[in-house]
Amino acid sequence: MPRSPSSPAFWRSPLRGPWFTSVLGVVLLVGITVLFVTGLLSYAAYNPNLSAVNDKTPDKGILGFYLFPWPTRPVWLYRLTQGVHVTLGIALVPVLLAKLWSVVPKLFALPPARSLAHALERLSLLLLVGGALFEFTTGVLNIQLDYVFPGSFYTLHFYGAWVFIAAFVTHAVLRVPTAFRNLRHVRRPSTGPASGSPERASGLPGAGEPARPEDELVSPDPLPPTVSRRGALGFVGGGSVLLVATTAGHGFDGPLRETALLAPHGGAEPGSGPNGFQINKTAASRGITATETSEEAWRLVVTGKDRTVRLSRTELRELPLYSAALPIACVEGWSTSDQWWRGVRLRDLAGLVGYEKDAAPDVLVESLQRHGAFRVAALRDNQVRDPRSLLALFVNGEDLTPDHGYPARVIVPAAPGVLNTKWVARMTFGDL
Amino acid sequence: MRRLDPRRFDPRRLDPRRLELRRRLAALRPATRPRIGRDLIGSPFQLLLLACTFALAAYAGVRLLAAEWSRVALWFVGAAVLHDLVLVPLYAGADRAVSEALDATGHRDRTMYVRVPAALSGLLLLVWFPLISGQVADHYRSATALSADDFLAHWLLITAALFAGSALLLLLRSVRASRRDPLRRATKERPPAAH
Repeated sequence: MPRSPSSPAFWRSPLRGPWFTSVLGVVLLVGITVLFVTGLLSYAAYNPNLSAVNDKTPDKGILGFYLFPWPTRPVWLYRLTQGVHVTLGIALVPVLLAKLWSVVPKLFALPPARSLAHALERLSLLLLVGGALFEFTTGVLNIQLDYVFPGSFYTLHFYGAWVFIAAFVTHAVLRVPTAFRNLRHVRRPSTGPASGSPERASGLPGAGEPARPEDELVSPDPLPPTVSRRGALGFVGGGSVLLVATTAGHGFDGPLRETALLAPHGGAEPGSGPNGFQINKTAASRGITATETSEEAWRLVVTGKDRTVRLSRTELRELPLYSAALPIACVEGWSTSDQWWRGVRLRDLAGLVGYEKDAAPDVLVESLQRHGAFRVAALRDNQVRDPRSLLALFVNGEDLTPDHGYPARVIVPAAPGVLNTKWVARMTFGDL
Repeated sequence: MRRLDPRRFDPRRLDPRRLELRRRLAALRPATRPRIGRDLIGSPFQLLLLACTFALAAYAGVRLLAAEWSRVALWFVGAAVLHDLVLVPLYAGADRAVSEALDATGHRDRTMYVRVPAALSGLLLLVWFPLISGQVADHYRSATALSADDFLAHWLLITAALFAGSALLLLLRSVRASRRDPLRRATKERPPAAH
């Protein structure tokens, strides 16, 4: 029985049909909307409009229309939005795969186009499917530090998301009414092509199209079922549950993190004691040596309106020190619970170089590290003025370790991890 | 018959003569308009939407392709092609082979006991392949101070647990099915296999 994939009888699964595809479609409609919004928020959290050093997609044009100064409260804001973005993205992998499987016969359907609109719609499906797989693939690779994709992750994932969402919105507008109708009318999931339902009365666009294009998904020659459609849906959901169960712990500490058996920052902590929590980039991997961070060698250079001061770590310790309980939240989706940081307030440092503390400006923070996308980062005035924003010297009651930024690091509430510069060497206050 | 709410629009309540007129007008329409052109072009609403899609996609796409256009395009299109023409046939073929093999032994209904653990294990491997395969192990260890050695072991243990759970479930259900007789169930509370 060598039949061609363009023949409906080639596809034998009894599961394919409007109900199965519609359920998965509605789940993706909600899930991908959340992914897109949290993704846009993550870009806003970098404050890309503040300074070129924060912006890896400076050609964004109108795609940055929604940008706003990222707030400093609640302190867990980025921890939540980015944790949802990454964890939900992983959870949706099986849903996406199942959805694509459920509609794969349409890829081979003939004739290739019934009308100009139909031809263009099929072309837009390349953007939809290619875009979805491109976004999921780059995201999943990036959190595993596997930078095999062609270019900067930020550029690919941001512009790729816009190409994808362009096709996604159109697909949703054209298909969601049908999907909801299918869910309402097809009460019994096992129904075949339902005839006599009032589809045509509601005036769907596309005069030359069959009454229900998704009916072509139903196999005319199905194999005997090995599972019900509800069972298959449970199977897909089970895949999501398994992925979440082995990933979601990367946003918590202690025993919960240990449950994230396969997540890059799951499992055991890298160390024990006050500095034992998760590390994004170690000192060794950034080429930071003990010689340049020693008490004799290291000086913090702070520049402001009318003067520049150079401070040793001992001198910094003699300034008024404050504490703040803040988490670390990474763009890769993992985070720690609140750590107890202690150091000099950023606005006090602005005060040292000629600014009113309550009117402190933006600041450009430079690290000792010589390479890396965010060795220089900019913070906005609202972040500098927040009393919990610190140049931290201690964490959880101890000196910072080299891997956590010794001699001094920035910690700002609700900011993405990369903006919390480690091994700070120079701070330049002034409007950016 | 349900009584109809007069405030609600219901086409059945329309004047039958007006309905007849509408039907006739609709029947005339193909003669007055060249249907063939409409069929070739399709819905104008759909065309407008698609024009928006391609305009926005082009705006972002130019930026996406700015640096290394050929490789990025290869990734974008390649992802779809690889999925549709390699991954789907591979797993669908494997699935068909399993259900046919079970069919040959008269146990087609047990396909799910193989399909579920195999697919879930494959899903974990697909998502976490860089870590499980160890291809990023050195870079990962140097960046995070964490060991990459455990991912393969974790994946294998989860896979073992999935298959063991599936086997246990099959065993329990088989035993229960063979003990449907209520008299026998009353004499033996628990099946011996359920430890």
